[in-house]
Amino acid sequence: MEVTSPTFKQNAVHALHDAQLQKALGNVRAGFIDKRRKAADALPEFDALRDAARDIKDHTLAHLDLYLEAYEQKVTDSGGHVHWAETAEDARRIVLDICRMQNARTVTKGKSMITEEIALNDFLQLAGIKAVETDLGEYIIQLRNEHPSHIIAPAVHVNKDQVEADFRRVHDYLPDDRDLTEPETLLDEARRVLRAQYFEAEVGITGANFLVAETGSSVIVTNEGNGDLTQLLPRVHIVIASIEKIVPTLNDVSQILRVLARSATGQDMSVYTTLSTGPRRKGDPDGPEQYHVILLDNGRTSMLGTEFQDMLRCIRCGACMNHCPVYHAVGGHAYGWVYPGPMGAVLTPSLIGVDKGGHLPNASTFCGRCESVCPMRIPLPKMMRHWREREFERGLNPATQRYGLKIWAAFAKRPRLYNFVTSMAIPLLALFGGRKKRFSFLPLAGGWTRHRDLPAPESRTFMQQWRERESGKQRAAA
Amino acid sequence: MSDSGQARPKVGLFVTCLVDLFRPQVGFAAVKLIEEAGCDVDVPMAQTCCGQPAYNSGDSADARDIAQATIRAFEGFDYVVAPSGSCAGMLKKHYPQLFADDPDWRARAEAFSVRVHELVSFLTDIMGLDAVAAAHPATATYHDSCSGLRELGIAAQPRALLASVEGLTLKEMRDPDVCCGFGGTFCVKYSDISNAIVEKKTQTIEASGAELLLAGDLGCLMNMAGKLKRQGSAIEARHVAEVLAGMTDTAPIGGKG
Repeated sequence: MEVTSPTFKQNAVHALHDAQLQKALGNVRAGFIDKRRKAADALPEFDALRDAARDIKDHTLAHLDLYLEAYEQKVTDSGGHVHWAETAEDARRIVLDICRMQNARTVTKGKSMITEEIALNDFLQLAGIKAVETDLGEYIIQLRNEHPSHIIAPAVHVNKDQVEADFRRVHDYLPDDRDLTEPETLLDEARRVLRAQYFEAEVGITGANFLVAETGSSVIVTNEGNGDLTQLLPRVHIVIASIEKIVPTLNDVSQILRVLARSATGQDMSVYTTLSTGPRRKGDPDGPEQYHVILLDNGRTSMLGTEFQDMLRCIRCGACMNHCPVYHAVGGHAYGWVYPGPMGAVLTPSLIGVDKGGHLPNASTFCGRCESVCPMRIPLPKMMRHWREREFERGLNPATQRYGLKIWAAFAKRPRLYNFVTSMAIPLLALFGGRKKRFSFLPLAGGWTRHRDLPAPESRTFMQQWRERESGKQRAAA
Repeated sequence: MSDSGQARPKVGLFVTCLVDLFRPQVGFAAVKLIEEAGCDVDVPMAQTCCGQPAYNSGDSADARDIAQATIRAFEGFDYVVAPSGSCAGMLKKHYPQLFADDPDWRARAEAFSVRVHELVSFLTDIMGLDAVAAAHPATATYHDSCSGLRELGIAAQPRALLASVEGLTLKEMRDPDVCCGFGGTFCVKYSDISNAIVEKKTQTIEASGAELLLAGDLGCLMNMAGKLKRQGSAIEARHVAEVLAGMTDTAPIGGKG
């Protein structure tokens, strides 16, 4: 997909002026936050579970090679195939090879951010293979030729009237009097279309929320059941997952599951938690004939051992963006690539380079709300700051910012000079502030005064006044 | 404190650059409150800024230089107190991280960190203050500034002390813990996004029905007051220390009306 992260500022302005989007973003603020809080409050051990979840992933990342190899062995033992993909291109090629071997014309897909990351749909389409998204939100944005604006609610930027218009445009056989005004009637229509696709598809592709080293299982959590049909009905099931999805045991999965849905949607558990282990065995009533797992690196190993390793704990619950004032203001598409919000602000520079994704870790107030709700206790603001350090070291931020900062720092490091200059400048500024005690415009402060007044200084600096007060005291004592 | 022979704790006031330049009376309010709580206060002249503009812009070398100067300037004090959750958070939580690769300075930064407190939490948690002798007849709403709230756990302390101010009624706004959009240099680097965030904030402030906005950080206050004034709001803004110290006879932040 086209990367528009470098024009984040323009994307943001565009989003801020999109009235429909702004209305839809109100639903993010209203919907997710209270539900998460209620779910977390209802579980006394919630914070202890967050600690446990963090520790499980930290342990796994410290022994990633070991668990990945153990997992591969278990998958192979259960009759499946593991493919290692270093890059997105490798992963796409492996998918295509498997599809070609099946003479596949249609592929159904469960919701998967990793296939967004490798831009699989466009690639399959060019190869003449139809990829059908089966998650309702994903299906909607596929009809709209868009990308997800949220990692768990991909169509959160769209309202139901828009969905009706899209359905009527693409399902052009629908009679005009067919009711599509309610979510339920829209769902019925999508369901009818998708049912046929499940049976038509030769290959079903899902992501994975977890890969279990102990059993060789992949685990998906969904609310619609589409993932189950995607992985059970076609002849071939392909799981695509990045390497950090691995956890050692089923017990570990069950611990992390307790924080996942609560953090994401406020549910105790998602409606479906589905494990799949290898292809159909003798006597199984259903299941695929072939089971493939593509383990994708795509830049993850280069994060190991760096200040960004903690990001690999992420379980993609979306809580950080649900609580982010910047995400609330501009929505997911403004971030310009696959992953939006705070987790995207850290992950995007890691995966596509800080020269392209550099705006993202800068566009944060460091309010810390993301970290305060992250079930995996990922220090997101700290890592955004690390990206800013890398940018600064490489001289990637604008020259005006760098010079401005250097001049300021030169003063800040010389208290005498600083106090002298400010004691001259501040009374003047206070004078200009006049009786109103504020500026609606001030040269060099346009970034501030464009949107808000600047309160004027009261009078003289504190340091000036304090020095006089102290010397006055000494005179009085003498 | 009585004259029981126990020395009064020595407090170094970290004024913060915004208070120094824009709102000195917050500094004097802090001095008054700390002295009334039983401490001696001094203000080292060798202080400027906590270094956040450099630190948060990725310039850790300059941030380290400023941190070292600040740590040196406040040697010999029992406590270092700042009328800002953000700056106190920088001194307390981030200075040690700045010296992760320098064991000597790391140790100094950690020893320094232990002595650092934000003003209001210092008064309540360290000096055991549970009421102030101030009066200010107004209906106020309190905004939780992000760093104070999430880095230092400041939420109950200012509300408890404000409850003791004669004539003051506290009316909570919806989501007082949501960021105002200031974010230091963020508010000018991404001014359109910052504006969208502060617009939502001033809506909730207006909806609270309060006539006075209080917070513990001048940066956030200047942002919110500046937006309220631009919108023509009559709501006044003050630092919480001004009200607690009974120093409210001056013009509010950004003026009246």
